Amino acid sequence: MSSNLMQGKRGLIMGLANDKSIAWGIARALADAGAELAFSYQGEALKKRVGPLAEQLGSNIVLPCDVADEASIDALFDGLKEHWDSLDFVVHAIGFSDKSELRGRYVDTSRANFAMSMDISVYSFTAVMQRAEKMMNAGGSAVTLTYYGAERVMPHYNVMGVAKAALEASVRYMAEDLGKDGIRVNAISAGPIKTLAASGIGDFRYILKWNELNSPLRKNVTIDEVGGSALYLLSDLSGGVTGEVHHVDAGYHVVGMKAVDAPDIEKG
Amino acid sequence: MSDVADRVRKIVVEHLGVEEGKVVEGASFIDDLGADSLDTVELVMAFEEEFGIEIPDDAAETIQTFGDAVKFINDAS
Repeated sequence: MSSNLMQGKRGLIMGLANDKSIAWGIARALADAGAELAFSYQGEALKKRVGPLAEQLGSNIVLPCDVADEASIDALFDGLKEHWDSLDFVVHAIGFSDKSELRGRYVDTSRANFAMSMDISVYSFTAVMQRAEKMMNAGGSAVTLTYYGAERVMPHYNVMGVAKAALEASVRYMAEDLGKDGIRVNAISAGPIKTLAASGIGDFRYILKWNELNSPLRKNVTIDEVGGSALYLLSDLSGGVTGEVHHVDAGYHVVGMKAVDAPDIEKG
Repeated sequence: MSDVADRVRKIVVEHLGVEEGKVVEGASFIDDLGADSLDTVELVMAFEEEFGIEIPDDAAETIQTFGDAVKFINDAS
């Protein structure tokens, strides 16, 4: 699927963990289309994973960033400016919640974990765009990742569902704020994918199976399919699109009830 | 050595980049084979994929050594 769609464009990928990451599917699609990439990571354990992956895509810009820390985000953009004088796109693939609260009841969420989940999963995108905006010209584009649990109740998604709803709202507000300068802000609502982050969600295998049996396309989506859609949203092909939550979920979000041909499945 | 043990060893060797000879029954992923906390999650995900099983969080926490992994997978499949 190689093209020159992103030739001459430079972008920052935040939230890559390993080769199962959605951010990896996106980064690969962008690199295939000619984009130049920079990566941020949090902590040593992720550094040793992100470094070799960045290298595979021809990138040697790998910078630390703790999105909970304003000074760290400033340092990331200072570091980026040493390499590039402008930025064309941002991929925000970051979220976090205490995994002991990604099971059981939402109503039992603690104040501390609610605040942290909102801070890392929602505010971080806004904080990053405050800096990114200053490096972006008209034609700039940003994408974050969300999930259907923002719109409907999904088992165990709990406080992350509330956080993703806020993230989607922030996409709409930033689309308005930055749209005047020709910068677009969109979200991809990806179907469930077995990533490191998903390993914190209870009964994930059941959720995957349910989506596979009941989505219109009768399958789960891959990180490459999310990558293809991200490529569209970050390229000039989607020049008329902003403030959108684009579902890449094999169509699951249009379904009203279980497919008649889907078997009952055991929780296993 | 069972087929399961061989398959588990192959995953561990590839993932952690350790010598095959070090992956023995009592070898601890973290203490003996140099795994970090993310490696342990990634290994469990790799075992789930290879053997088509689900390893719940509470069970995953008990899988500390190569021998633990082989035993869990043998019992589960």
